[in-house]
Amino acid sequence: MRFAIPSHYAAGRDVQRRILEEVSRKGFGRDDTFAIQLSLEEALVNAIKHGNRLDPNKQVHVEATVTPRRVEIIIEDEGGGFDRTAVADPTSESNLNRACGRGILLMEAYMDKVEWSKGGRRVRLVKMNSQAGRKRAG
Amino acid sequence: MPEIPRLNVSQHKDIHVVEFNESRILDELNITEIGQTLAGLVEARDRPRLLLDFANVEHLSSAALGMLININNRVKQRNGQLRLAHIKPQIMEVFVITKLNKLFRIFPTRQEALASFE
Repeated sequence: MRFAIPSHYAAGRDVQRRILEEVSRKGFGRDDTFAIQLSLEEALVNAIKHGNRLDPNKQVHVEATVTPRRVEIIIEDEGGGFDRTAVADPTSESNLNRACGRGILLMEAYMDKVEWSKGGRRVRLVKMNSQAGRKRAG
Repeated sequence: MPEIPRLNVSQHKDIHVVEFNESRILDELNITEIGQTLAGLVEARDRPRLLLDFANVEHLSSAALGMLININNRVKQRNGQLRLAHIKPQIMEVFVITKLNKLFRIFPTRQEALASFE
């Protein structure tokens, strides 16, 4: 599945819905779906808001591969990028009451793999289907 | 109390009890609107007492967490008290991962949260 969407939230929501429909069709369970939805939301908002800064002339490019075993989603914006290592730890005592900076933390906690490239303009998210593993084991 | 579509606001003694009507607190515009409504409740009195009931909430984003942190900061500035209650296990995990379970006072039920106000 490939999408090129304008930098507004409604377009991101539509992409999210279509990918999640495919995730459901491929038999991912409730917890995996929750993780994928949360991470997809965070990555799309990052690209639209922080990457493209809601610029209507810039697009967000999304590529999703969904199989019964795994989901791989690549999201790329046309913004200035960012340095992942320079993002402050939102869980440190001094940052707990700051209102931003938790999207990346959640993506990295919920997905099996989160890789940034192209100077932070591109993120690759991978989630394995934990249900598929259980079925094989059983 | 005024009718607020995304929230159900009631009063228990001097405590504002706010129930989220929607299962998803994700959309940026919805979050802004909810944040403005909650800020209005906080600013309406000195030492505000606010209880947020998450019984219906099944999804929330980092933007929603940011909004809750802003509300918590406003409540503290006015020497008030904020309680969170009824958070489903999947959502509770989000609070634990972000360590916000240390920032907020969270209770299993609305009754326990109400009883905790000083």
